[in-house]
Amino acid sequence: MDNTKKVLEHFKNPKNVGTLDKSKKNVGTGLVGAPECGDVMRLQIEVDETTSVIKDAKFKTFGCGSAIASSSLATEWLKGKTIDQAMAIDNMDIVEELALPPVKIHCSVLAEDAIKSAIKDYRVKNGIEVGDAEEKVNA
Amino acid sequence: MAQRLIYLDNNATTPTDPRVVETMVPYFFEKHGNAASRSHPFGWEAEEAVDYAREQVAALVNVDPKEIIFTSGATESDNLALKGVFEMYRRKGNHIITVKTEHKAVLDSCQRLEKDGAEVTYLDVKSDGLIDLSKLEAAIKDTTILVSVMWANNETGVIQPMKEIGEICAKHGVLFMSDATQAVGKIPVDPKEMGIHLMAFSGHKMYGPKGVGALFVNRKSPRVKVTAQMDGGGHERGMRSGTLNVPAIVGFGKAAELAKKEMDQDAARLSKLRDKLEKSLMAKLEEVYINGNPDHRMPHVTNLSFKHVEGEGLMMTFNQNIALSSGSACTSASLEPSYVLIAMGLGDDLAHSSLRFSLGRFTTEDDIDYTIEAIAKGVNHMRDLSPIWEMYKEGIDLESVEWSEH
Repeated sequence: MDNTKKVLEHFKNPKNVGTLDKSKKNVGTGLVGAPECGDVMRLQIEVDETTSVIKDAKFKTFGCGSAIASSSLATEWLKGKTIDQAMAIDNMDIVEELALPPVKIHCSVLAEDAIKSAIKDYRVKNGIEVGDAEEKVNA
Repeated sequence: MAQRLIYLDNNATTPTDPRVVETMVPYFFEKHGNAASRSHPFGWEAEEAVDYAREQVAALVNVDPKEIIFTSGATESDNLALKGVFEMYRRKGNHIITVKTEHKAVLDSCQRLEKDGAEVTYLDVKSDGLIDLSKLEAAIKDTTILVSVMWANNETGVIQPMKEIGEICAKHGVLFMSDATQAVGKIPVDPKEMGIHLMAFSGHKMYGPKGVGALFVNRKSPRVKVTAQMDGGGHERGMRSGTLNVPAIVGFGKAAELAKKEMDQDAARLSKLRDKLEKSLMAKLEEVYINGNPDHRMPHVTNLSFKHVEGEGLMMTFNQNIALSSGSACTSASLEPSYVLIAMGLGDDLAHSSLRFSLGRFTTEDDIDYTIEAIAKGVNHMRDLSPIWEMYKEGIDLESVEWSEH
């Protein structure tokens, strides 16, 4: 396991570890992965409903160092972004930033899935249609 | 700040005992002869050294020196035994029985033989890692030529009932082979007493050098033969050609002599330390499980699962300081967790959460005390980060959650 410096940094001092109140309407929760696969990520976003800017993001991850670093980095990136901007985060951005080796790419895929899943949960809670979400947000 | 390094991966390889290194050194330069050179003192000296080492190794496992074939290691010994027996005896039958938790050197050799016309039965193990003797006996048929069961497992340290297996093999007239790599030099190993006809083991797992191993081949009642897998100068009574690795063989011999002398005291000391490690971690942490039958285990090994903590992630909390192995998938490119633990019926989640601690001759109590603290701290850190630990603590039944497999 030759973990990159950035993976080690996030692993030792993970950012935004924790739990948001999932019963709140403006909190979206994504839970992806499976214990059998050795990775489970839970990523949560708290959204400002008027501006649709992500005010806060928290995560908890069961997994290897790269999985933890990927989710820690994802929460860092999410804060301050609008939902649309968040939707545009691609797993390869995470791979690049953390310099993940090929065997760890699935960790970044999982982080992207977690982001999308948290956004979907927020949208469903707030009755935002996925297709026309952009128009509503920008209106 | 100087970092402390603790080695608890002795099942992977052991350090070469300095007393072993010392005996090897002259055989690189002053006594550099080829043991097969019959015409001058350099060769005679080398041959004498090899003969002496052969006696030392044979004495450790209580066999005749003529029954020891030196190889490059246990992997080669396993290959030679399985492929050599299959080639030699295939007219009698083509069926081989082995176990799902064997080392890859055995499993992959068997797979190769399947391509060459062998039929192989891979026995299951029970949840404690032991084989079911009645299933072994039921698997034997007219075409069975060989049963191959490892003495002690590399991941869990579980010791199979060798004597009972030997009796079953004798009753049915089939050859019995054992990969005893993890057992030789650590616990008393006497293949003849167990009815074993072929036994593979290695130097570097018992404080000898790497690159040397042995295959015991029974010479009398029955006289067992293997077809050579390496052709050449006809060394090792024609069963393994290739210039003998004299310095390594000398070291292997010395390691065997030391093991014979010190095995009991090492085992007694290490089992105490191992038990302390286990008990302390179980007292400090919730949801810690021992993998493998605790009453039929090597004295220096423990394999523990820390529920809801991923093994590789856990190792990252201390692997700058403590060397050990994980059954987690992430350490391999395949993303599959340990096949040994899976064969024992462990859920994938617990297999991902496992760590193997293998202590050795140079492990101190201080090392263990440090390790207990570091592991406890690491597990707590990882559980603070773990969503499934949080869910478990909230009383959510994880089986009922619909996971998105990926």
